Amino acid sequence: MAGTALLGRLTWQLADVVETIQETPRVRTIVLDVPEWGGHRAGQHLDVRLTAEDGYRAERSYSIASPPGERVAITVERLDDAEVSPYLVDELREGDRIEIRGPIGGYFVWEPKHGGPLLLVAGGSGVVPLMSIIRARAGAGTEVPTRLLYSSRTFDDVIYRDELERLAGDGLEIVHTLTRSQPPGWTGHARRVDQELLEQVAFPAQDEPLAFVCGPTSFVEAVAGGLVALGYRPERVKTERFGATGGR
Amino acid sequence: MDYVDGNALGGTFLELFGIEMTIATGVCASCGRTGEVATLHVYLRAPGAVARCPVCDSVLMKIVRSSDRTWLDFSGLRMLEIRS
Repeated sequence: MAGTALLGRLTWQLADVVETIQETPRVRTIVLDVPEWGGHRAGQHLDVRLTAEDGYRAERSYSIASPPGERVAITVERLDDAEVSPYLVDELREGDRIEIRGPIGGYFVWEPKHGGPLLLVAGGSGVVPLMSIIRARAGAGTEVPTRLLYSSRTFDDVIYRDELERLAGDGLEIVHTLTRSQPPGWTGHARRVDQELLEQVAFPAQDEPLAFVCGPTSFVEAVAGGLVALGYRPERVKTERFGATGGR
Repeated sequence: MDYVDGNALGGTFLELFGIEMTIATGVCASCGRTGEVATLHVYLRAPGAVARCPVCDSVLMKIVRSSDRTWLDFSGLRMLEIRS
């Protein structure tokens, strides 16, 4: 479609990989230089398209991790037996080029003017678009009361662990739960996000919180349903589902 | 089979129409449920994409693409309201 695009239509374009950051053994951040990038909003995603030598193509969506105004970065979790993520996590090198289109999405987005209190609930790599929101919040210097409830399998699977620790404070609280195993001396939560944990961590419904929930479909279903049961207004509970085991 | 959100259709609609369709509001022809395209349940493993109503599970939109054309069937929607 390139060259025939109408005004406003989104086309595929080549992006240069300028940096890769190993976040966890299974997760990597890929920083991209995109020549024609109109800027993005916190929470948006982009699509990646890979073309094999025989012409076979695979497309996947990945959340943008960087805040508005910064270079585009996606954080990708390697899914076993997947078509796209093993290449992005294990093979892609600085200087390589990939085809992308974006930014995409107007629903799962947050801007400082939307305010809060802001409840962010992440399952695994569902933290990625929420990290863009947290970084945008920090960059804007707003002290909107914000809580991130972040469920990971193990301590080593926690993405952005050090940065989250640094950003905590100024109205931002980080609550971790580790579902599979916990390091010695772990004092945080050690179970799946269930109704009891939600009730402990979530802002009370009468404060009219704005919630963003991202993760595997079953995780998002349970959390979103739980928040509505706590009295959250459904239209204030924004969801983004990955499918079975991730992918975005 | 697991579904994703209507959000996943955003790139295709932006490519086709240049419209951020995920914030367009659709009315289910079957049960009358009204909500953003982003809130629909989308199944990507069919030959193409199928978007279903999160309340009554009716098929609202079908999108099938080949290398040189796209077929859209929105017959499950009574109305689609697009913000300008």
